[in-house]
Amino acid sequence: MTPDITIPQITISVLLPALIVLGTGALVLLLDLVPPRDSKTHLGGVALAGILAALLATVWLWLRGGDGRAFGDMVLLDGYALFFDVVICYAAALVVMLSMDYLARTGGESAEYYMLVLFATAGMMLLASAGDLVVVFLALELMSLSLYVLAGLFKTRLTSGEASMKYFLLGAFATSFLLYGIALIYGATGSTNLDRIAASGAAKGGDPLLLIGLGFLLVGFGFKISSVPFHMWAPDVYEGAPTTITAFIATGSKAGAFAALIRVLTVALPGAQADWSALLWGVAALTMTIGNVAALAQSNLKRMLAYSSIAHVGYMLMGLVAGGAQGAGAILFYLLAYTFTTIGAFGVIALCERAGEEAVEVGGYAGLARRHPVLAATLALFLLSLIGIPPLAGFVAKFYLFGSAVRAGYIWLTVIAVLNSAVAAYYYLRVVVYMYMREPEGEGIAVTPSVAGGLALAVALAGIVLLGVAPAPFADLAQAAVAPLLR
Amino acid sequence: MIPGLVSAVTFLPALGAVALLLVPRRLDAVHRAGALAVAVLTFLVSVPLWTRFDGTRADFQFEEVAGWMPSLGVSYHVGVDGISLLLVLLTTLLTPIALASAWRAIEDRTKEFVVTILLLETGMLGVFVSLDLFLFFVFWEAMLIPMYLVIGVWGGANRIYAAVKFVLYTMVGSALMLVAILAFYYQHGAATGTYTFDVPTLARWVLPAGLGQDLMFLAFALAFAIKVPLFPFHTWLPDAHVEAPTAGSVILAGVLLKMGTYGFLRFCLPFFPDASLQFAPLVFALAVIGIVYGALVSTVQPDLKKLVAYSSVSHLGFVMLGLFTLNQQGLVGGLIQMVNHGLSTGALFLMVGMIYERRHTRLIAEFGGLWKVIPAFSALFLVVVLSSLGLPGLNGFVGEFLVLVGAFQVSGWLAAAATTGIIFAAVYLLWMYQRVVFGEITRDENRRLTDLCPREWAVLAPLLLFIVWIGVYPAAFTGKTEATIAALLAQVESKASVALAR
Repeated sequence: MTPDITIPQITISVLLPALIVLGTGALVLLLDLVPPRDSKTHLGGVALAGILAALLATVWLWLRGGDGRAFGDMVLLDGYALFFDVVICYAAALVVMLSMDYLARTGGESAEYYMLVLFATAGMMLLASAGDLVVVFLALELMSLSLYVLAGLFKTRLTSGEASMKYFLLGAFATSFLLYGIALIYGATGSTNLDRIAASGAAKGGDPLLLIGLGFLLVGFGFKISSVPFHMWAPDVYEGAPTTITAFIATGSKAGAFAALIRVLTVALPGAQADWSALLWGVAALTMTIGNVAALAQSNLKRMLAYSSIAHVGYMLMGLVAGGAQGAGAILFYLLAYTFTTIGAFGVIALCERAGEEAVEVGGYAGLARRHPVLAATLALFLLSLIGIPPLAGFVAKFYLFGSAVRAGYIWLTVIAVLNSAVAAYYYLRVVVYMYMREPEGEGIAVTPSVAGGLALAVALAGIVLLGVAPAPFADLAQAAVAPLLR
Repeated sequence: MIPGLVSAVTFLPALGAVALLLVPRRLDAVHRAGALAVAVLTFLVSVPLWTRFDGTRADFQFEEVAGWMPSLGVSYHVGVDGISLLLVLLTTLLTPIALASAWRAIEDRTKEFVVTILLLETGMLGVFVSLDLFLFFVFWEAMLIPMYLVIGVWGGANRIYAAVKFVLYTMVGSALMLVAILAFYYQHGAATGTYTFDVPTLARWVLPAGLGQDLMFLAFALAFAIKVPLFPFHTWLPDAHVEAPTAGSVILAGVLLKMGTYGFLRFCLPFFPDASLQFAPLVFALAVIGIVYGALVSTVQPDLKKLVAYSSVSHLGFVMLGLFTLNQQGLVGGLIQMVNHGLSTGALFLMVGMIYERRHTRLIAEFGGLWKVIPAFSALFLVVVLSSLGLPGLNGFVGEFLVLVGAFQVSGWLAAAATTGIIFAAVYLLWMYQRVVFGEITRDENRRLTDLCPREWAVLAPLLLFIVWIGVYPAAFTGKTEATIAALLAQVESKASVALAR
């Protein structure tokens, strides 16, 4: 008997955006070998160009229309993947722009930095188009390994090393849970392909093997999105990592992980929705509450934003609990708004940093509005968007998300969420209090003007205003993007 | 009808604020004059709303509708009726007055101050003209931040505490209102097949009586009760008022508190008629407690501004009492009393601010015998005090009288209990006036006080004009509102009876 081996059809265009990003990563490494060797800023420019090219490719694929599948249904090209490609490209582009002079100022400039950012970006994009649990695992590892290294970029800073080590150890542990979960699901259903898992009989009933696998899968994803009780790493990693990388971990890696999580749950395991929905109800409530309450006590801005990002994950999980096109679409819109807002907030912190000196204590921001009124107003707007004050993106995003939960009948979860939002207002506004209502003690923060950084903040600011004032087209795009999942 | 008039009035201040943002910081005079010009222009543009408003019609006038988020049923829908008309004009009247009053008082960061006040005006006007629940909520939340900054940046010694308290109180209230808005929206959508946030459409729909309606009413009511503030949700108010700069206090007392009472009138009564009827006794009790408690606490205040702040709790109790009597006199009285409180208390805060600017103290014990030194100030102060305590012939009497007539139809005891508030008001206001203005001059600093300057005359004159006008000829104002109020009452009655009949 001859084994029946079919060569799967290779369609490169399905992977085009991710391939462009990966290729640029390799190019950056090669260009590092040719002069000028003392400055690396131009490599940032190359990386940015690569990301923008990937963005253009994404738009081209979207305009071309039509879904694609390749590598034996392992990689999918659909509106859902393209939506996430855009979000991730925006996040990566803003991070690279912010990094260009941040690295020069803090002395962390290297070609490997841009290469790893690009590789992580490719991993995130691959997560969004994964049609098979094996690809989910590979993409997650590509993203995570790059980020582990990036978190430890400041080799001389103790906190940076600690962040990298902690992120790596806990991350590896969580990944093994994920892998075990994949194995169990394979054992229960006989496949790792999302469609075939859904089609198998085991996915419909309450097969204990499948449920245990699902539980392990959620542990792995819970770590990547930093939901309670797998959130412990976030504050330390956010604090220790370079601020630009913190911004990337907080946005891009969450977007990638959510992309895979939503697809796996809604495509492969809709039969077990009652189980994971009930579980996620509790996780969502705990995540938002613990995140917000812990953030109240932080005086370090990066730690505060770390806990606040945990809380935002709690809100986003509400969309999964609510389920359906409404809930998933609301998460996509939320991620878009959250990406712009969070990168903007971290971007302002990055602009205030200098070599060997982090500007992360909230006391350092006292009187910022007097010395740098524009920068202070920018940070204030990002924080107001995180609170959810209209007419900024954060408000509309919350409105969609809470609306989807109320529609699905989860009134009490929504009540918990809105009360959490009110609690969150306290710690976000505390930064505004320092910037606008207190006088500086001592020297205060000095800000280095930066063209690329300023441009990145302007783009992010324009994003949150546009999403807040005219959300309809973007919300419709998000709705259209989730349609392929729910056929 | 002038197309786009409501939008023009609403967004003119915000456009002015954006224009002023582009003016360099060092040109203080340009910022002051520019902002005042924008605010005065806004008032002038808003006058046609009044003159061309047809008081015989009960529906919305000057309506504008445009799509915004069609897939959700959110539209840009604005307009005015007899309920919002007076409040819109009160806002456009008080904002230039507040800006003019701050001409000398605000020296620090003038540019930010005037921009913030103008943005605040757009937010407040938006709340009153929105006829879409989503749009309303956007303005309701958005105007929070400018007020927070006004208190927190330009306020007194304890300003940060007061500002944060103000924001957190309001946020908690409006958070639950958001859930209720969503729940109401989906219930309406599920029942009728049309998902919309359009207020007139939602108001026509009869929500079945029961726990759902009660909870939604309570969620809305909490948000509004905090804003009013209804006892026992009033504790943020004295802090905010005392710490806010004069201009902030004027706007806070004059307009912001009315957003709460307006919310009851616009949303709670027509959306949740059964729950409104059911909870009316509770509201009565809280309103009467507020009337008496506010008055008693005012009596013992050593600080002028705190006295006026607590008197607001008492006055707003009258408004709430009037609204929930659910009869024509009570509602019209409550509405007129909203305007009266804006005028009288606004004027009181202005005059307290004026002597504070001269003496840098607000303690009653520091004054005495002012009539001999600054007679013009003292005379105007007397008029304002008498208007606030409801002397016949001035505005306060009209509103309180109508409210009491309305309350008497509900229960004689209720009216009797509320009337004690008027007596107490006479006590605390006249006693305060006596200690500040009459008697011997006990402090030497007070001998050197200067009387009102032309700018201060100009600030007070429009308020005094309306104080006398409403007092002498209230029909000019009540006439614009009566048709709308009658229609609202008819709607509440028919909806409540339909729901009861089921």
